Amino acid sequence: MSSPRIEVIERYCKGCSICVEFCPTKVLEMDGFVVRVAKPEACINCMQCELRCPDFAIKVHAE
Amino acid sequence: MAFDYDKYLRPGKLPHIWCPGCGHGIAMKGLIRAIDTCGLDKSNTAIVSGIGCASRLPGYVDFNTLHTAHGRAAAFATGVKMAKPEMNVIVVGGDGDGTAIGGNHFIHACRRNIDMTYVIFNNFIYGMTGGQFSPCTPTGHKASTTVYGNPDPVFDISKLAIGAGASFVARTTAFHATQIDKLIAEGIKHKGLSVIEVLDDCPTTYGRRNKFRSVIEMMERLKTMAVPVAAASKMTAEQLEGKVLTGVLHKEEKPEYCEQYAEVIKRAKGA
Repeated sequence: MSSPRIEVIERYCKGCSICVEFCPTKVLEMDGFVVRVAKPEACINCMQCELRCPDFAIKVHAE
Repeated sequence: MAFDYDKYLRPGKLPHIWCPGCGHGIAMKGLIRAIDTCGLDKSNTAIVSGIGCASRLPGYVDFNTLHTAHGRAAAFATGVKMAKPEMNVIVVGGDGDGTAIGGNHFIHACRRNIDMTYVIFNNFIYGMTGGQFSPCTPTGHKASTTVYGNPDPVFDISKLAIGAGASFVARTTAFHATQIDKLIAEGIKHKGLSVIEVLDDCPTTYGRRNKFRSVIEMMERLKTMAVPVAAASKMTAEQLEGKVLTGVLHKEEKPEYCEQYAEVIKRAKGA
């Protein structure tokens, strides 16, 4: 199974880093004040980043 | 699969005004997922709020929405429900709006057990109006109006709702994102007044005055303070010190206000 595609809507991201901290496989990292998908291959599709993003800025699309 | 929030949002309204890391966005997403789960028709659903950070929510969502006077959300919502009992009425607001300024409206909506869902975003402070302490600001904690520490004991919103007569009361936190929609959905399906208290974080006016170094620290606090009801029954009083119970705290079947009022109308017409 291929890794899900993680979409970051940079215009909405306020850089709170909740998604980065609570990602169990450390897929995401901060790039200044915006989140960046650093290790997409490590994503296990748990959706925690999307669920906890207060700003509607992250979407996990399972293939 | 990514959830399609866009179909419930008004186009062009994002990004919202809430601060970086504010839990209100997480709770709003939970509310949208709950509405989706329940399959509520947009044109037959009203979302009502008062004033405050949480009360900005109706501006973002594509339903019949009312943004009313400070603390008066429950009163306006009661009016909507009485005029159109077939409508799904959801009230949103914060702890200051719901339990201080609107405390009376809140308890009387609970007492009447009118068929509405009240989602109360408890961030322990008045956020929008300048960080004044609310009835939910923990004792000893600082707010802009309690700079030497808050001397007041706190309201337990869920206990208040149960005591006032709400027939469904549940609590969760912004950290427990999947629980938010489950509890709100259960509340929407419940006949009578449902209160769902979502504990969340206000990094801007509460966090920085109370030595929380980051949003993450505030989220960790929500994670550790929450104890599911089932787990709490096996814990001692000391273990439960400083914790809050989460999950469905109270559920009962009792007469619903609109139905009772319809009976009054029948009697008045001599039926």
